Formats: sequence, structure tokens, C-alpha cells
Amino acid sequence: MVSVTTSRRPIVVALVSDTTGQIVVAAIALVAILVPLLNQLPPDSALHVPTYAVSLFGKYLCYALLALSVDLIWGYCGILSLGHGAFFALGGYVMGMHLMRQIGDRGVYGHPVLPDFMVFLNWSELPWYWYGFDSFAFTLVMIVLVPGLLAFAFGWLAFRSRVTGVYLSIITQAMTYALMLAFFRNDMGFGGNNGLTDFKDILGLDLRSGAVRNGLFVASAVALAAGFVLCRVITRSRLGKVLIAVRDSESRARFLGYRVEAYKLFVFVLSAALAGIAGALYVPQVGIINPGEFAPINSIEIVIWVAVGGRGYLYGAIFGAVAVNLAKSYLTVAFPEIWLFFLGGLFVATTLFLPRGVMGLLPERQRSESAPAVPPPLQPAAVRAGGGDD
Amino acid sequence: MFFLTRICLFLSVVVLATGLAMSPGASAASFEDAVARLSEKSFSVKEQAIADITVSGDERALSVLTALNDGTLYFRRDDKRIVFTVKQGREFVLTDMLSGEALGTVRRRAVRKVSINNRLRAALKGAIGSLRLFADDPGTRLTAARAMLSNPTADALPILQRALEREEAEDVRSMLGLALSALKTEIGSEAERIEAVQALSGSMNPDVWQVLGRLAAGEDAVAAEARSALEIVESRKRLFSLLETLFFGISLGAVLLLAAVGLAITFGVMGVINMAHGEMLMIGAYTTFVVQQLMPNAIEYSLFVAIPAAFIVTGLIGIAMERGIIRVLYGRPLETLLATFGISLILQQAVRTIFSPLNQPVITPDWMSGFYEVNGALSLTYNRMCIIVFCLVVFAVLVMILRMTPLGLQMRAVTQNRAMASSMGINTGWVDAMTFGLGSGIAGIGGVALSQLTNVGPNLGQAYIIDSFMVVVFGGVGNLWGTLVGAMTLGVVNKFLEPFTGAVVAKILVLVFIILFIQRRPRGLFALKGRAAEA
Repeated sequence: MVSVTTSRRPIVVALVSDTTGQIVVAAIALVAILVPLLNQLPPDSALHVPTYAVSLFGKYLCYALLALSVDLIWGYCGILSLGHGAFFALGGYVMGMHLMRQIGDRGVYGHPVLPDFMVFLNWSELPWYWYGFDSFAFTLVMIVLVPGLLAFAFGWLAFRSRVTGVYLSIITQAMTYALMLAFFRNDMGFGGNNGLTDFKDILGLDLRSGAVRNGLFVASAVALAAGFVLCRVITRSRLGKVLIAVRDSESRARFLGYRVEAYKLFVFVLSAALAGIAGALYVPQVGIINPGEFAPINSIEIVIWVAVGGRGYLYGAIFGAVAVNLAKSYLTVAFPEIWLFFLGGLFVATTLFLPRGVMGLLPERQRSESAPAVPPPLQPAAVRAGGGDD
Repeated sequence: MFFLTRICLFLSVVVLATGLAMSPGASAASFEDAVARLSEKSFSVKEQAIADITVSGDERALSVLTALNDGTLYFRRDDKRIVFTVKQGREFVLTDMLSGEALGTVRRRAVRKVSINNRLRAALKGAIGSLRLFADDPGTRLTAARAMLSNPTADALPILQRALEREEAEDVRSMLGLALSALKTEIGSEAERIEAVQALSGSMNPDVWQVLGRLAAGEDAVAAEARSALEIVESRKRLFSLLETLFFGISLGAVLLLAAVGLAITFGVMGVINMAHGEMLMIGAYTTFVVQQLMPNAIEYSLFVAIPAAFIVTGLIGIAMERGIIRVLYGRPLETLLATFGISLILQQAVRTIFSPLNQPVITPDWMSGFYEVNGALSLTYNRMCIIVFCLVVFAVLVMILRMTPLGLQMRAVTQNRAMASSMGINTGWVDAMTFGLGSGIAGIGGVALSQLTNVGPNLGQAYIIDSFMVVVFGGVGNLWGTLVGAMTLGVVNKFLEPFTGAVVAKILVLVFIILFIQRRPRGLFALKGRAAEA
């Protein structure tokens, strides 16, 4: 797909020479080791991290991976997806289906095959699309495949006909909205309104045990680190340079002979797969997946994490996701009235005063080392004449 | 017993018919004489008196018989004068039945009720029904004719024929015709009955369907004819249900148009998506609520106050947003999208804090409730009709503003080529602010309309914003006709899909359709052509 003729560096070399990347990976590794260790301390210790907090932090790491996937397409390719929550939720549903199958006959109704909600709806047999999910390996494949295929079909249609800018944002929002309506229906066979819940165990281990919780946390950290390295490698490669060219001037990149839609499609599908993985890790840690995850506002929230952290940095997205969600966890409990004011204000303030996010405040040296950040606003007149395109 | 009453009824009606066939003013004396006979004790005398009153043709006949039926007709014990009474505590207020003269108040013992039995009641019912067919008020005549149709009795045939001859009002005539045909399906030779069924065929009156349904249960040729008549009725019903779906679709389209047209203007002129547009709808609806709270005694007129109020409130919010935030973000449409989304969250939470998270009751004025019944298969609700008309008016005004005012001219210029418009001396900043104010104000008006259709709560805007986007994306920007066509198409398609798939799936299908459609026409149905459209 990418014709690289010059400056091809082996990936290993690229990784070794990337100090910023190493710092980020080291930080994630530190968290991955430290949190489970602190969890092992006796509960009366000042540094003890309770098990519920481990899952909470694990949730943040999943959000961080999700934000990373959005930054990959928005920060580097200029695709503002307002429907990335859909890929996240689909990954979550795939994992949820596996976990439902693991319940076996321990459900409330004790049916040997059917999950509780199907018994409740008087279904007599398992729908065909539920086959195979008792296998963990199959589930792992589907976690990547289901969001990836949807992104491929959607992106292939959209990018080929050059749907860009706000139009693309709106139809991605329509996509997740349509999926939300669909998953709310009982007939879909995904638990309708209530979604999938009441999970018992994963890989034969009790989901509620501390060990599994820590394990899931570490798995989330590993996934985040791996996702970060992958995105880092891609964005620092020649492919990444083309992506940035597409972001800054799509027509010019096309006229230079690049097949813009192929690049966009590749990065969009990859991003969707990352979001699916994030969703799959999220579900066992929160214990439920329901159609509310498809709600358009969730997808928009992801975008604001990235915007707050700073797009086009990758680690900015990670920072933004963790920071905003920490604030959310605190505010929704302490001042539930304030949370939406805060979130709304965050949207406005970030776009007005921090166009490059928090990471844009860092000193110049560090930024020049990473990928070139968001371009400065173009001359107003030129863009105004252009109308709806970014 | 039943048979007997039927006979009596028949007798009275025959007498009545012949009586009416004679000259109507058969003399007031005979009428007054008949009324006087009501004070007699014998029921058969009274029955004859009722028949005489009915045929007398006197204009007071109906009120006498109605009062008799209602049990308010008395006679004074001393002079046997027939009086109309109103009970007041233990006393009666008397009015002379014949002269209308007030006779003062008397104690209960001074008067005696004109008693009736079941036989007389049956006779009275027939007589009153027949008299109503000749009442002066066409509405009364129509009601009487409808009653004849829904409860056909063979005995009423002559009186119906007589009424039909005299009738001049068209709707009463057709109702009488139906009633007559309904009667004829039961009597006469088979050929005559079949002819009567054929006359009823295709009627959209539910009472006729009942008559036909009763006939169709049989085995003979008449029943077969009735079944084929019912088939015609069924096919007409299908046609009317199609029309009804179309009506629903258009009214949904009107709502979508009201919600989306402001968005289309701002998007067209400035190339930015206002995610807070849905909240403008919500604020418009809340303005209606507040206005109704302020004028609780004049709910009928509240909407006429709410419309300009909502326009001003949301328009000012829109201008403030444009001046405060959107202006700063020009050239960065995606950031504008995010910032306006932030505003929408703030506005939602503000409404939750100020009012409550619960839905607020907005009252529908009386003149908007109820429905207009076209026929048995199709009735149109007034609120939906009002919305359609209102939407078209708003749309027409908007088209006029764009076509005929300097602001409209400048808006169109800026839409087509901002840089060129600017260099021609158009103050693009001012145009932007006005456009945003106009677009938001229209959304506020749309909110007033929505408050009559759906629940008014903090999430009202969210429910419509995605649909509005779909309309704009489908119709194309910078062209109001595109928005009109887009809104109507989506509304009608949605409503036509619903019977087959259910509301939710219909909506999903429409969304999928638009996602696919935009692949073919990335700039919508009515895209702007020329250099400006190339981004």
C-alpha cells in the first residue's frame, strides 16, 4: 500500500531512536506494574489501591486506547469521526457475547444454552450469529474483525466518493445513532435495552476476583502500550507523512499521485479495530454493555478527550482521556449538576483557547520531535471561500 | 310487545307521512286541540294525540314531543293547561306550552306530569326522529338522517322519501339517500334490493359498512352483491389509508423542515454546523411554556405571543453565540462543531437547572385540538394541519427574505463566494451574525410548533438534531428548496416504511439510506454548482 523508496528505517531503529515514545511506554509500564502492586498492600496501608479502583483505572486505560484511535484518524488524517463510540461498543458487544456464553447454565433461568434475556423473550434457540462465541480465540478475532469490517464498508463508501469534513462527521454520527436504535430493539438478539450483563467468569476465572481484575488492568495497559507503539510507528513512518499531507491538503496530496482514499481507509479501519479492542477490554471491567454506549454524545466525548489533551501527539490523547475521565468521576459524584456545565465549558474553552490542547502548552523542543502538530489556522478568506471543508 | 310497538310506530309514521303530504299548515287549532288531549288519562288517547301533533306540521310540535319524551311536560291540575316545567327545589317554574307565556312558580302538588308508557316512548322516538328530518336547522336534519341510517327501520320508508323530496341541503340529501338505500336493501324484490346495494357501494360511511356487513353474511344474490360492494369499500379504504399515511408523512416532513431550515441557512452561509441548533428548538418550546405560564387566562392566544417571543429569544442567543464563539473559530469548521456542541450541553444543563429535568406541560389551545373527519376512513387532526400550514408560511417568509431583502441578497452572495462578496463591500461579519440570528430564530419558532406535538423537556433538541442534520445533508446546503424536498421526502418515506417495519427500523433504514445516498451525491440533492462549491 505504501510505496517507500527512501529513508526506510527498520522499525526497531525507529523505536530505539524515539525517546518521547519510550518515555510514554515506560510511563504506561510503570502504571501497569505499580497499580496491581499497590493493590496487594494491606487495606489499612495509606498507599493501598482498592480493587474497585483498579477496575476504574483499567476503564480509563481503555478510554485512553479509544482516544488514541481517534487521535490517529483526527490528529493525523483530519477525519473527525463522531461515531467512534460505535466501534468501541461493537468490540464490547463481541466480548459481552463471549462472556454471556461463559455463563452457561448458571443464569437466573438456568437454561443450558440460551442467555437469560433470550429465555425471557421466549426464544427457542440460539440465533446463528451467536455461534462460535463460546470460543475465546474466535472472540478475539471477532473483536478486531467486526468493528474493522464495519469501518471498512463505511470508509470504503465514504472516502471513495470523497465525503469529507463536517459531512463525514455527521454521517458517522448517523451511523452510531442508527446502531443505537438497532441495538435497543429486543429482536436484534443482543439483550435490547438492558444489553448484556451478569457476567460470571472469563477464561474459567471468576471475574469478580482481585486477580482477574488486576489481570484485566495489566492487559489494558499492555494493549494501550502496544496500540501506542503501533500508532507511533505508523505516524513516524512515510505512511504517516502521507497521512499528514492528506490532513493538511487533501486535494494536493491527491494531485501528487497518492491514492488518498486508500490511505484514509487503512487508517480508519485500523483505528476502528483499536477502538474495538478498547471496548472488549472495557466490558469485563465494568461488567455490562448496553446500547447506551452507542449514544452519539459518547462519541463526541471521546473527541473532546483528544481535543483537551491535544491532537496529533498520541500521548496527548492518552493524557486527555485519563484527565477528563478523572474529572468526570469526581464531578459526577461530588457535583452532578456541574458536570455538564464543566464538559460543555471544556469544549468551548479548549477550542477557543487551547486549539492544540494541553500538550500544545509544552515547550517547543519536545513538540518538534514528535509529528508536526495541527496546522495553524489558514488565512480566513481562503478557507471561508471554501465552505464546509477542513 | 316489541311487535306491538313496531305496529304503533308504523301507524304513527304512516299517519305522519300522509299528514305531511297534505298541506303543512293543517291548522293551528287541530294542533292545540291535540296538545290539550295530552292531559287525558288514557294512553291510547295520548297516542292518537301524539300522532296528531306529529302530522299537524306546527312548528311547536317538536318541542312538545321532546319535552314529553324528557318528562318535563306537565299539566296544571286546575285548568288542565299543558305546561313546560323547570324544577327548582320543591317548586316548578311553569311556561305555557302553546303561548310560551310564563306562568310563574307553583308548588309541586299543583301540577301533574303527563305520564307515558313504553309504547308511547317508542311512538315518540319515531315521531321525534321524523320531525327532526324536517327541522329548520340543517345540522339537526343531518343528525336525524344519520340516525335513520344507523338504525334503519322499514317503517320509515315513506317519511324518508318525503324528506328527500323536500331537502335542499346537499350533505343532508346524500345522507338521506344513503339511509333510503339502506332501507331498500331490506325490502322489495331481489332486483330492487340489489339495486339498493349497488347504490350503497363505495360509500365511505361507517354506518353503510355495517349495513353492508349485515347483508354480506347471507347466502343469496343480495349478499354476493353486498360482498362485492364491501370489496370496493375496502379498496377505497386502502386508498384513504394511503392518503392518511401521506398526511402523516407530510406533517412529519413539516416538523423536520421547521427544525432543519435554520440549520441549512447557517450551514450554507457559514459552512459551519451548529450542534446547538437542537437546543434552539428546545428553548423555543420552553419559551412557549413560559409564555403560557405568564398568560394562563389567554391560552388560546398564547401561541401568537410565543412565536415572536421564541424568535427573539433564540435569535438573540444565536447572535450572542456567533459573536462570542463562532466568529473566533472561522476557517475551522470541525472546531466550531465541537464548541457549539459544548454550548448545547451547557444550554441543556441550564434548562435542567432552571426548570427541572422533567417534562413541562405545554397546553394545546382548543382551536388546535380535535380533527376534521373527511369520511369514515380518513380524519385529519387539526394540530398536524396547523403545523403543515405554519411550516409552509414560515418557509414562504424565509424564501421572501432571501429573495427580496437586502439581507437576503447579501446572504446569498456570501453563500456563493465569501471572498468576492467581501471585496464588493458586503460586511460579511454582520451578515454572519444576522444569518445566525435568523437561523436560530427560525429554530425557536420550530420549537413552538414542536411544543404542540411532543414532550417539552431538556432532551427535546437531541431528539431532532440528528434528523435535522440528515435533512440538510440530504437536501444540500445553500438552497432552501433542497431543504424542503429533503424534509418532505424523509418525512413521507419514514411514514410509509413504518407500517411495514415498525417505527424504529423505519428510522434506521432512512439513516442507512442517507449514508448510502451521500456516497452518490456527497453534496446533497441540490448542491451548489460552480467554483464556490469546490472545497
